[in-house]
Amino acid sequence: MKSAAFDYVRAGSVAEAIARLAADPFGTKLLAGGQSLLPALNLRLSAPALLVDIARLPELAGITLTGTTLRIGAGCTHASLLTAPEIARHAPLIAEALAHVAHPAIRSRGTLGGSLANADPAAELPAVMLALDATMIIEGPSGTRHIKATDFFTGMFETALAADEILIALEIPIRTQRSGFAELARRHGDYAIIGLAATMTADATRLAFFAGGPTAQLAQRAAGALGTGPLNHERIAAACTALAQDLPAHDDPEASASMRLHLARVLLRRVITPWINPSIRTPITA
Amino acid sequence: MSFTDPDRPSRQIGRALPRSASRRLAQGRGRFASDITLPRMVHAAFVRSPHAHAELGAIALDAARAMPGIVGVFDAAAIDPWCTPWVGTLTHLAGLKSAPQYPLARGRVRFHGEPVAMVLATSRAEAEDAAEQITVDYQPLPPVVDALAALAPDAVPIHPELGDNLAFERRIEAGDIAAAMAMADEIITLDFDFARHTGVTLEPRAVVADWNEGEQRLTVHAGTQVPHMLQDIYALHFGLAAHQVRVLAPDVGGSFGIKIHIYPDEMAAIAASRALRRPVRFVADRLESFIGDIHARGHQVRAQIGVTRAGDITFFDVDDLTGIGPYSAYPRTSAVEANQVINLIGGPYAVANYRARARVVFQTKAMMSQYRAVGHPIATTVTEALVDAAARRIGVDPVTLRRRNLIADDAYPCQSASGMRFEALSHHGCLEKLHAMMGYDALRAEQAALRARGVRRGIGIASFIEITNPGAAFYGVGGAHISAQEGATIRLDAAGHVVLQAGVTEQGQGTETILAQIAAEALGLAPEQVLVRLGDTDSTPYGGGTWASRGAGVGGEAAWQAAHALRGQLLTLAASLLQADPSRLDLRNGQITDDDGTARMALADLARIAHFRPDTLPPGIVPELAATRHHVPRDYPFAFTNGVQGSLVEIDTETGFITLLRHWVVEDCGTIINPLLVDEQIRGGVVQGLGAALFEACRYDAEGQMTNATMADYLVPMAAEMPDIEIGHVCTPTAETALGAKGAGEAGTAAAAAAVLNAVNDALAPDAALLTALPLTPARVLAALGVIG
Repeated sequence: MKSAAFDYVRAGSVAEAIARLAADPFGTKLLAGGQSLLPALNLRLSAPALLVDIARLPELAGITLTGTTLRIGAGCTHASLLTAPEIARHAPLIAEALAHVAHPAIRSRGTLGGSLANADPAAELPAVMLALDATMIIEGPSGTRHIKATDFFTGMFETALAADEILIALEIPIRTQRSGFAELARRHGDYAIIGLAATMTADATRLAFFAGGPTAQLAQRAAGALGTGPLNHERIAAACTALAQDLPAHDDPEASASMRLHLARVLLRRVITPWINPSIRTPITA
Repeated sequence: MSFTDPDRPSRQIGRALPRSASRRLAQGRGRFASDITLPRMVHAAFVRSPHAHAELGAIALDAARAMPGIVGVFDAAAIDPWCTPWVGTLTHLAGLKSAPQYPLARGRVRFHGEPVAMVLATSRAEAEDAAEQITVDYQPLPPVVDALAALAPDAVPIHPELGDNLAFERRIEAGDIAAAMAMADEIITLDFDFARHTGVTLEPRAVVADWNEGEQRLTVHAGTQVPHMLQDIYALHFGLAAHQVRVLAPDVGGSFGIKIHIYPDEMAAIAASRALRRPVRFVADRLESFIGDIHARGHQVRAQIGVTRAGDITFFDVDDLTGIGPYSAYPRTSAVEANQVINLIGGPYAVANYRARARVVFQTKAMMSQYRAVGHPIATTVTEALVDAAARRIGVDPVTLRRRNLIADDAYPCQSASGMRFEALSHHGCLEKLHAMMGYDALRAEQAALRARGVRRGIGIASFIEITNPGAAFYGVGGAHISAQEGATIRLDAAGHVVLQAGVTEQGQGTETILAQIAAEALGLAPEQVLVRLGDTDSTPYGGGTWASRGAGVGGEAAWQAAHALRGQLLTLAASLLQADPSRLDLRNGQITDDDGTARMALADLARIAHFRPDTLPPGIVPELAATRHHVPRDYPFAFTNGVQGSLVEIDTETGFITLLRHWVVEDCGTIINPLLVDEQIRGGVVQGLGAALFEACRYDAEGQMTNATMADYLVPMAAEMPDIEIGHVCTPTAETALGAKGAGEAGTAAAAAAVLNAVNDALAPDAALLTALPLTPARVLAALGVIG
């Protein structure tokens, strides 16, 4: 398991990295934490001619709070986000999910941007971004563009990123909302059989499921069945019923489609039911 | 000598010492085969079959030869002149058949991952680059995946010259089954399914082969448990005399039985060293390990138990079917596993009526053979699940049924219905100790209280027997050149310390540490004053190596006898200087003492005089400063041990997830040389058994492709899912040796899955759900509960 030969450069700036990508978009790969890319290279599933290391770019670093927007650099490692006070205060869903992402050694190198750009259908963070209504900040040869998370994840390991673009940051609107996370994985740190990242504001519920299909996705019909206003068991039951229309039938050796739907409903009930009680503290305050 | 007296002088046996290699390994100073780099060494990479079964057409090697760094490219035609084929049969497994196996596939490929071509290059990466350039024409043949389908009359014979796919069949019939069936008030039949596993050693298989054309000698540094066995086999198949072959086992990063077999890729790499006259390294990568290492288990068993309403078990009846891949493994065969399953089923119980059949079949999957606790987990799970099912059927507590039917502790020596001879076991002593450790009655009360609130907790018990300290009965009588005896040589150095060389080996279990303790006790030294050297056929006494839980019981006894002989020699020498009676002298704390402990002279002074001033010795005294002794078990074919395990689980009936809450083991391995290392062996073994219970399975698709050959997809047990494991001991030393030690390496693995399965079925009893397939996946739990179809 040795990778094919490749060249390596450490980019000095986002502009340089974009120029490197633009010069050979299909022969070049960005290297951030390397926790998915390097195993793929060693398995020879991918054989780029050039790796452009963006791990140390200052433009990808840091967490900043501007008004009601939390901006997280794409280069932030999972470990740094797990302990960041801004995350704990304004987006605890991220930290809650990250506790389920792999193991400490992987979290100390793996990055938020890397996980999102890789778009593994069983990864936690794409679903978290859907639940938080995040916006992706992308730079390419023609400048900066903003893409909502709902438009970013386009398929299994596929995103709206062009081959010469870089995901540089996420912007998350800070709202008064509840949030919750649950996943079912055979072992702690494994990719889940099914998982759910959910948020609920006064006027919208976002139920982002992952590992249930080719990409993380919002369960729109189930959210619609929950409606707005006070929650109750009947609405949750209706949401569970509606979930059948949201999740694609997805069989794998771990779970049949019917088992996966059953487990998705269990997670939905377990995450949402505590929210019926209005006295339970709201996890996020703007 | 009693090793149980804690106040005896020079007590080392029974001390909980950490492994002597721990500091070295923790500081990164381990030296594994994959660390060994020799001048002019080249690296091997293999082209492996992507098909489970296919005719091999043309193999185009020329493009690979033109790649950078390439030193050699081989297919079967190029490698066969250097290595003769091997056949994995032994005469004591009557009727076992197999076909010749070659380093590289000839004519046909018969499993996904079978080596087809080999590339040697100046780096592994270059070798892999070139391997990608080799094209092979395959004409696919029908895969033979399912073991039962392999026996169908229209099944494709995997080796046409062998006729059918039945490699081995054995039947046992003891007592009177018809009468026992008539006597039973209840007969319960269960169908079991056990997944295939593999060992997943932290360090993969590795060899560095060095043919020295000038010396006409082959040196192989191998991650192995069995250096002398490899020496014999390499000599035979590479056309050399044994003395032309040196095998060294440096640090070995786990083995679990994976590293006692002959593998075609390793044989090809060694042959290449001769052909190229330069050192060759082959280190299996993780993918190669999953598809190339020995797999294990993989059984379908239909089994019956009969029980009277009074609670007497009247018979066991089992039919075991296992698939072994396309060849019986060499040289130990792939029939031992199933043979052991039917030898061991029912073994803890006083039940005279027994009928069994084992069938071993060829299939186009990776090869299956011995892995930790060979056959035991299957036998224990079948037996103990049947016993629990019988208890539920007649409405008695599972502990009560065991108390009634386990062989009485005063009934020994005796033998099982299958003919296994037991010297002295302690089933009841272990069960009562476990019962107390678990707080069994309180757990039952808690279970009932929680059950009323909808919480499903289960308690499982599994008694077991374990084969340890094998004599020649295991392999030697069948014609295998696998040493049943062990040798140890111990010598005094000039500073009064000793060097001990032995034939047993170290793969992380602490062999070196216990050998040092044994020698230290015999000689009144500290363990760190005993330098232990293992794993080199040029310098250690001949031995079988470490497997089948024989390191302590067989290798340890040889070390004890050697150290005791040296002790006698040193006391005789000292007595000549001290003008004393040697029988009234002792060795304590590095001193020659009187038998009351009064120091007479330092051992270092005796060593100094013996080495440098022998002129001062009385006339006629010749110092004998080394001793060699050997040991082989003769009284019994195996030293059986026994024990019992307990499991407490909780089941989430909505998700099917099982949480292991606690696990208990009480076992009896006789004299415990090092309680820390014995408990570590048991815990590690339990964890492997818990992997079998909940997680591990080599998955194959209908085409015979292994579909989960990565660490992300083959689920080994990990720390977060493991419960605390509490361990207790009952001590019944074997009378066959001075040490009285029996093996402890496989006890944990033998019964852990059985205890968990029983706990899960206990938890789900109110739901009328019963599981008999391992691993216990959420999907299986939900299906048993009727939650999913």
